[in-house]
Amino acid sequence: MKLNTLTLTEAIEKLKAKEISHTELYRDIHDAISRDNEKLNVFLTLDNEAVSKAEKLLDTPLAGAPIAVKDNYLTEGMRTTASSNVLKDFIPPFSATAITKLKAAGGVILGKTNMDAWAHGSSTETSDFGTTKNPRNPDYLPGGSSGGSAAAVAADITIAALGTETAGSIRQPSAWCGVVGLKSTYGRVSRAGIVPMASSTDSPGPIGKTVEDCAILLHAIAGNDRYDATTSTRPVPDFTKNMKKGIKGMRIGVCYDKIASVEKQAKLFESLGANVDIAPIMPPQLAIAVYTVIQRSEVSSNLAGYNGIRYDVGRAYFGDEAKRRIMLGTFTLTKGYADRYYIQAQKVRSLYIKNFQELFQKYDILISPTSPGYALPLGASAGNPMFGELADMLLEPSSISGLPGINVPCYRDSKTNLYLGLNIVANYWQEEKIIQAAYAFEQAAKL
Amino acid sequence: MNKTTFKASDVDDIAKSAKIPVTDEEKKMLAEGFTKVLSVLDELKGADVQDVEPTHQVTGLENVLREDQIDTTRVFTQDEALANAPRKHNGYFVVDQVLEQ
Repeated sequence: MKLNTLTLTEAIEKLKAKEISHTELYRDIHDAISRDNEKLNVFLTLDNEAVSKAEKLLDTPLAGAPIAVKDNYLTEGMRTTASSNVLKDFIPPFSATAITKLKAAGGVILGKTNMDAWAHGSSTETSDFGTTKNPRNPDYLPGGSSGGSAAAVAADITIAALGTETAGSIRQPSAWCGVVGLKSTYGRVSRAGIVPMASSTDSPGPIGKTVEDCAILLHAIAGNDRYDATTSTRPVPDFTKNMKKGIKGMRIGVCYDKIASVEKQAKLFESLGANVDIAPIMPPQLAIAVYTVIQRSEVSSNLAGYNGIRYDVGRAYFGDEAKRRIMLGTFTLTKGYADRYYIQAQKVRSLYIKNFQELFQKYDILISPTSPGYALPLGASAGNPMFGELADMLLEPSSISGLPGINVPCYRDSKTNLYLGLNIVANYWQEEKIIQAAYAFEQAAKL
Repeated sequence: MNKTTFKASDVDDIAKSAKIPVTDEEKKMLAEGFTKVLSVLDELKGADVQDVEPTHQVTGLENVLREDQIDTTRVFTQDEALANAPRKHNGYFVVDQVLEQ
């Protein structure tokens, strides 16, 4: 078998058992990359010497496995662009904390993946370096903004990947590409050294072939960081400990079922012994406005630092979407408008958080479709300034609230080969619960 | 203050604040786009937020401090600090003139 099709869990097992060597594994991965990377446009930068770093990492948790990293994580010595011309030649002199932790756990960076420029989007089409194509069907989008990472996993041109989510950017491309994506609780993984988008919601997390792969990778990158004051001091649990416990007796709330159905998935959970009913969740539509205002406002502040003096080529090189968002965010923070837009949005955010807290009194987890529909065709995002926000509507409420969520594939259309995904959300710090439920679903659904 | 439409001159003001270079053609297109987005954002005003506090960050953390200690393994050399500078001279970043003689 071609070793690039291994899961992370399998690769670690086989490497440690000496059934396979790093040389063989990386050779199959690089062969797959040579075949598929150009047409899918996944990797912007590749480390062709990655295997030499892997060999001495056998006695680590990740055993020297190759990980594809979204190009907004700073990687020392390796070009980092956030898919923008503004940073097209930028070579960071330091790594993000999540990267330092990944390396300490024995992960090796295979390369940097394409994304929506500055993470501004849900299609990967706003990249200054061309869009990425959905490996399940290349006439379609991979979703975004972590489209490159999701596509890399779906195409088996990496073993696992890292992405980031501000409002759907891990879960939505994972749904569209038919892979597992885990958005961590805000504050679970350090944002230090990751190009910031909306600082109050950005959540780094893993994208992988299986739930177990994501659980392992999350453990490798999570934890308190003195360089990110919003990280939690809570200890990082072994996210696989309760993974196989099953979900008998779990109270599950079904959400947004009038927008898209998860009836089959709800019935599957019932057959596994869970108690399932419809949750009285706030309609998601207002979360679009909340997220739009917060994200544009925080972006206008974060991207003010790119002024072409210390390390970039200047603000004229921002793409259209970035310019739009910076300017709109400048407006929503302007004196006279900030109360009506920014402060108002932060108040409505409180309403969503309160609704979730009430629901989690009654339910252990909430489920919904990840995306209102299948991946859209290439070109679908053009000319639509709210494309991303509409595509991510079902994810924005949990993202603006900082909750953890996971996408697990739940259906494949045999004609188009496109996937639908199930979104599972739990209360703060309860990644273990969503992993437990997602694993039970994954094993029963057998997609 | 109430705004329901954007004109090109509004975009010009914003672009100056945001230090984003825009052409006249772009100003017109952006004005149309912003006006559309504004109609979505205005839905916020219908929400019942009486007595609701804004949430600026979800962690509830306050005043997270650390020791004022330098980690010498993370300090840049002058070369590292200047490594990606578009313009440098004698160990300095070069910037456009900001003061007149």
